[in-house]
Amino acid sequence: MTEQRTPLVEMRNISISFGGIHAVDNASVDLYPGEVVALLGHNGAGKSTLIKILSGAYRRDEGEILINGEPADISNPRDAKKYGIETIYQTLAVADNVDAAANLYLGRELRTPWGTLDDVAMEAKAREVMGRLNPNFQRFKEPVKALSGGQRQSVAIARAILFNARILIMDEPTAALGPQETAQVGELIKQLKREGIGIFLISHDIHDVFDLADRVSVMKNGQVVGHARTEDVTKDEVLGMIIMGKVPAKATPGPGAMQMA
Amino acid sequence: MADTTHTAPFNRARSADESPVKRFFRATEIDTRLLGMVGAMLIIWIGFHFLSGGLFLTSRNLWNLSVQTASIAVMATGMVLVIVTRNIDLSVGSILGFVGMIMGVLQAELLPQLLGFNHPATWIITLFAGLLLGAGIGALHGMIIAFLNVPSFIVTLGGLLVWRGATWFVTSGRTVAPMDTTFRLMGGGTEGSIGAAASWIVGLIACVAIVASIIHSRRQRKRFGFPRRPIWAEYFLSAVGCALVLGAVAIANNYGWPVNIARKYADANGIAWPEGGLFIAHGIAIPVLIAILIGIIMTFISTRLRFGRYVFAIGGNPEAAELAGIKTRWVTVRIFALMGMLCAVAAAISTARLNAATNAQGELDELYTIAAAVIGGTSLAGGMGTIAGAMLGALVMQSLQSGMVLLGIDSPLQRIVVGMVLVTAVWLDTVYRARAK
Ligand SMILES: Nc1ncnc2c1ncn2[C@@H]1O[C@H](COP(=O)(O)OP(=O)(O)OP(=O)(O)O)[C@@H](O)[C@H]1O
Ligand SMILES: [Mg+2]
Repeated sequence: MTEQRTPLVEMRNISISFGGIHAVDNASVDLYPGEVVALLGHNGAGKSTLIKILSGAYRRDEGEILINGEPADISNPRDAKKYGIETIYQTLAVADNVDAAANLYLGRELRTPWGTLDDVAMEAKAREVMGRLNPNFQRFKEPVKALSGGQRQSVAIARAILFNARILIMDEPTAALGPQETAQVGELIKQLKREGIGIFLISHDIHDVFDLADRVSVMKNGQVVGHARTEDVTKDEVLGMIIMGKVPAKATPGPGAMQMA
Repeated sequence: MADTTHTAPFNRARSADESPVKRFFRATEIDTRLLGMVGAMLIIWIGFHFLSGGLFLTSRNLWNLSVQTASIAVMATGMVLVIVTRNIDLSVGSILGFVGMIMGVLQAELLPQLLGFNHPATWIITLFAGLLLGAGIGALHGMIIAFLNVPSFIVTLGGLLVWRGATWFVTSGRTVAPMDTTFRLMGGGTEGSIGAAASWIVGLIACVAIVASIIHSRRQRKRFGFPRRPIWAEYFLSAVGCALVLGAVAIANNYGWPVNIARKYADANGIAWPEGGLFIAHGIAIPVLIAILIGIIMTFISTRLRFGRYVFAIGGNPEAAELAGIKTRWVTVRIFALMGMLCAVAAAISTARLNAATNAQGELDELYTIAAAVIGGTSLAGGMGTIAGAMLGALVMQSLQSGMVLLGIDSPLQRIVVGMVLVTAVWLDTVYRARAK
């Protein structure tokens, strides 16, 4: 069982506030190799903020992050990447004015022996990876601005899987995708899982989540309501966790669980 | 590989119902915006030529125009990177003044005491000191902007006042002259031009480089199976590029030394003075060569190096750049340091040309530099701009000014015209961009 192994990621008692708002309050989540953990919760529950702490975009006020059981020092996105953490942000975070290949390699450009950008090699690799994700994609020379929402999302996904991530964070990766592309991302997630990569998946589509995730962690108002294995709970029970904070019997309650009267 | 087989029929289907003009631009990948600017410049040139009674399109005037453009063109290349990252630098004119004054004092007063007059190393020591100083000032601005989060507008507005004031303190307002004789070559003039033979050689090298780069990029695309331009388009681009280069060289070589200087030269070298006068060509001026070299280096930096990629990514989406792991603050510092260095190059050119360092050197240059970059297609919203466009923008600005001088228009009216042209150009640009979407 997974419980005997060291978790790939363990976020313990994480808190962060912006001004007076406790965006994340004493939240703990963990992730094992080859596992998909879905983070669920209403809008503004703190899901994106929590994973942005893991990806180095925000610095936590309190709490600790362990990678493979060892305390990890993540204070910027570069640190996170060093630990093999790749992120697809909800806002996509692509540079609109440069092309797909430049975005895929942003911050980690391939260079020729002379130290110049190896655009040809980057474009070749970009064509290969994008071909795997979205075979219809052809517009490699244009700035990403000229692409559709779904195409931009494919670029963001391709960027995350390009660098052999060990930990993948996907914040609503299929929000803008058509059914065919969504199915493709689903296949991709299954394949990455088989390769032993741990995935945090944030989604509002609970059906999607149930097909793909091994466990769910539910957040509400910055706190964790509870964790459950998807085989132990029904969709309705999870909806109850999300909406009312009601934790079913087979789930583990967190600090945000509704207090039983 | 599979992609090309996919694209080929797709592209063909698309290009079949295109007009020949559109197909031409697609095939040659010519930037229509840049072409529009060239067109506007030609109209300005021809207009001034007629209004001045045939004085504008002479090799003498065009040669002078090229020399006058050099210093602003050099600074405009840096301003592109500044504006692309959504910053602005209002201090370039004052940095030019201050660095120019320091270089003036160094070569005219300090170094002669240490090394003796006209020591061969004077110019290079002066230039290096100037470059270091410029980079230092720029880096200071950049750090205040990046690490203390003061908007660049304010930091460089402060810099505009501070460095202009500091210029005065160096010599209490006194003008420093004359400059070192070798240093002066950077300013152009009969001495500071490379002559006919060397100019042709430079032109030929440029042609070889153009053809070589076109062949190289075609080979690269072929190697990886990417779509290529049709072969006729490659020939066309090579031919136009070479024709422009050689045409410019021919004009520079058509402008001879003034009679009195040529006569002095003949006397000094024991050449008998011929019947119809002695024709010695200026050839390309050294400041123009410097500006072109800077343009090439800056184009290389902005398109071929990681630093340039980061500059554009930051301009397109600062948050995404940060999340991608780019050290955006350090990139900002480096941009401003580079800008300061380019101000030093411009300072060298303009003090050498004037053969003096004055208190007012570079005044209003910040506005001309920004105008050149913006007219040249650099978007104030960030993320867009080219070095070549900015240099062309500098040429357009200078053409307007020189033309008006040629027509005897007073300087207050000149400013009014330049101001209106700037606003109009940016308005046209927004119209163009809105249509291009
Ligand atoms: N940079 C910020 N500054 C101030 N408040 C913030 C910031 N980022 C998030 N918040 C606040 O923190 C709370 C949690 O936001 P977060 O984006 O994590 O929610 P979420 O669960 O991802 O919601 P959604 O499903 O809508 O994406 C919200 O109340 C939000 O307003
Ligand atoms: Mg979110």
